[in-house]
Amino acid sequence: MPIKLKVNGTARSLEVESDEPLLYVLRDEFGLNGAKFGCGLQQCGTCMVLADGEAVPTCVQPCKNFEEMEIQTIEGLANGDNLHPIQESFYKEQAAQCGYCLNGMLIAGLALLKKNSNPDEEEVRSALDKVICRCGTHNRFIRAILKTAETNSKF
Amino acid sequence: MAIPKPSRRDFLKTSGHLLIGFNLLPLAYCQPKDEEGLGYSTYEGIPERPHLDKNLIDSWIRLDADGHVTVLTGKQELGQGIRTALLQIAAEELDVDIDRCHIINGDTGQTANEGYTAGSNSVEGSGKAIREAAATARNYMLSLASVNWDIDIESLEVKNGEILGPSGQKASYWELLDGKYLESKVDNKIAFKDAKNHQVIGNSILREDILNMVLGKTHFVHDLRLPGMLHARIVHPPSYSARLVSVDVESAISLQGVLKVIQDGSFLAVVAKREYQAIRAWEKLKELSTWESEKITVLPDQLFEDLKRKSQSPQTIEQNNSILSKINQSNKKHRASFFRPYHMHGSTGPSCALAKWEAGKLTVWSPTQGVYPLRNTLADLFDINEESIRCIGLPGSGCYGHNGADDVSAEAALIAKAFPNVPIRLQWMRENEHMWEPYGSAMRIELSAGMDAQGLITAWDTQIWSDTHSTRPRGDAGNYVSARHLENPFTFDKGGFSGGSYRNATPLYNISDKRLLLHNYDGPLRTSALRGLGAYGNIFALESFIDELSHLADQDPLNFRKNNLDDPRAIAVLDKLAKETGYHDRIKKSDTGYGLAFAKYKNSAAYLAVLAEVTVFKDKKSFHLKRLTAVIDAGLCINPDGLINQTEGGMIQSASWTLLEEVHYDENGILSKDWNSYPILRAMKTPEVKVHVINRPEEKPLGAGEAAQGPVAAAIANAVFDGTGTRVRDLPIKAEKIDW
Repeated sequence: MPIKLKVNGTARSLEVESDEPLLYVLRDEFGLNGAKFGCGLQQCGTCMVLADGEAVPTCVQPCKNFEEMEIQTIEGLANGDNLHPIQESFYKEQAAQCGYCLNGMLIAGLALLKKNSNPDEEEVRSALDKVICRCGTHNRFIRAILKTAETNSKF
Repeated sequence: MAIPKPSRRDFLKTSGHLLIGFNLLPLAYCQPKDEEGLGYSTYEGIPERPHLDKNLIDSWIRLDADGHVTVLTGKQELGQGIRTALLQIAAEELDVDIDRCHIINGDTGQTANEGYTAGSNSVEGSGKAIREAAATARNYMLSLASVNWDIDIESLEVKNGEILGPSGQKASYWELLDGKYLESKVDNKIAFKDAKNHQVIGNSILREDILNMVLGKTHFVHDLRLPGMLHARIVHPPSYSARLVSVDVESAISLQGVLKVIQDGSFLAVVAKREYQAIRAWEKLKELSTWESEKITVLPDQLFEDLKRKSQSPQTIEQNNSILSKINQSNKKHRASFFRPYHMHGSTGPSCALAKWEAGKLTVWSPTQGVYPLRNTLADLFDINEESIRCIGLPGSGCYGHNGADDVSAEAALIAKAFPNVPIRLQWMRENEHMWEPYGSAMRIELSAGMDAQGLITAWDTQIWSDTHSTRPRGDAGNYVSARHLENPFTFDKGGFSGGSYRNATPLYNISDKRLLLHNYDGPLRTSALRGLGAYGNIFALESFIDELSHLADQDPLNFRKNNLDDPRAIAVLDKLAKETGYHDRIKKSDTGYGLAFAKYKNSAAYLAVLAEVTVFKDKKSFHLKRLTAVIDAGLCINPDGLINQTEGGMIQSASWTLLEEVHYDENGILSKDWNSYPILRAMKTPEVKVHVINRPEEKPLGAGEAAQGPVAAAIANAVFDGTGTRVRDLPIKAEKIDW
């Protein structure tokens, strides 16, 4: 069935089975590799995107549920040649080891900053708790998000 | 911040294919470039060509026409930042800006055979090879200039690849080469640059791959999308012994997008046009298939008894016939038993690989830790020559040892055989990874020791019961789980049990009489290399036991260690830890426990001392690991932030194993199938970590990636004892095991 999605500001339509989760549409149809398959069970957060500003997993929810929403992926954050402040913080803090969970951590952090531009560490930890990181990079993600908040940017 | 554009990316598009390396190759070796990797920027600095001989500079360092340097390594990027560290080593010894340098990781079509990326060996091994090659290359270019200009080599200097003479002579490496093909052997005796002149080594150069990740760019093998690619999923048996009795293939094929169901004995897979179609068919196939299996007889509550009962007669690693009487005659003596359960690698992204068969030749894009062992094991699986197979290593999700990466590569190749000329992408589902990866083995460790009246340890006895810590494929296809499920199955021979079981079991402390016995055990679950191998369990036991001995001797645990150590570098990490944490001035509070541990990884690599701090909530009968502080000495430090990042990660991962993790199973198979049934540490409970580095530029660099695993476990156990008075000797250390 035809599906209309608005991804990173661009309206796109495609023919896809209505129950297909958004993750596979993003990756396989739109070539957006940022969101990753981690568990397919909404347990690990690697597949998250911003949907109307909220961090949501995409591995289970059918793409049709996102039809009326503004979907933003990690690929859509940079402004032309400029990194988004949260991208800059993650890069400068070298907040990754293997980096497979980085998308989930960054999206979860950004969703928090959109609601609360000056979170404390506990609030950051709570926001990141839904994302699995096996390399043990948690403290760098927390620091990168707190540093992003310090830039007083508008999210 | 503007997106940084280092020149090493810009030049990719502009440079030609003219080859000016140190090694002359016939044109026939220059293969056409693989332009299929859509989304991947193909490197055009030097055309792909195989390495010929490890002893040639060309196998490690290549200079091309336009002022670029290609560095080659047989090691894989696993998230440990090895690419950046190796580039730093090359740039330093070659005296060129790092932006000129590009690195190619393990690819049987291009790089030397460096076995597996394992054992914290990459900087010590590949780093040394690249360092020698780069230093030889620099020296070679200087001799060329010296001859050309007829001046003494000592009077020349190099700045970013440009050689400068005393009277204003100037020529870059590339100008000197002047289109000539030159080759030279690596000089293993070459002197390295004096550490005081280091400009690149010792700097926290930012990892460029992290920039790609924050932009969501293609990085992982999972992101590779080849033209015409089809998607596959594999239905593993529900348990190790299960055999496929029947499967309704017709119903599965009728699903939308499904192209084929592949059944070969108990090997069952599905191929579809779209990824989600493959996943739906995978779910359906599980319902449509019937299996029969035998029950697992050794259940978790009997495991540690069974380890002792059914192990082979012990292998003597260190003999000492009078050890028991020496311990018995000691002034003070002690014995205790320690236990670790099966642990999971638990990679965040399930294993994924791509494979394509063309005219009898196989190409595999794999997250393996070793492209050459993968190649020779695939050759066994398909009974073809190694030369007909090319294995290209690409980053996977962090593996921390032998996870599903090799299995998924073999399975992708098995499935692709049914689709000649079509690339097949196979990704495991979460339960494939959780249930079928080989786990870190359960272990039982019994220690006894004796001390003199001054608290000096005089005799020490170690007995270990463990399954193997390495079943990595090394040429026998039976090491791939799915090869055992085929109609004509390969048999799995566990082979000689590996030394990984007793890694770090010998105390580094000054003890005149020691014995070490290893009892090899064939256990109920599949096991192989997990970060640190046996060192995790052995150091947990050893350093818990040292803490127990220090209490028996009525000495402070830090002083007790120092009194029993000779190695000045071991003492230095302990002293620095004491200083950085204010250890000797700490005030004992009733709700806080401190625990210390130390090890020199493999007794030959990095030194690490760590202090754990736990907060105890007696009324709630719980505790929280608040902070871990470590000091590491890895010799010459290549990239301080890289070393710190790896060490922090190892500490958190070990804390997760130690506090939360054990693989659950029952008679019907594995119960830990996802993150709810195998919880790991998440952000809320993650302790603060701080890592201090002792840099020793005059020493050789030491492997560091696994240094934290064992010490952190013991430090936590010791902190829990300090805070609660309960000595927990069976991992994981859960609140319910504490006598409140």
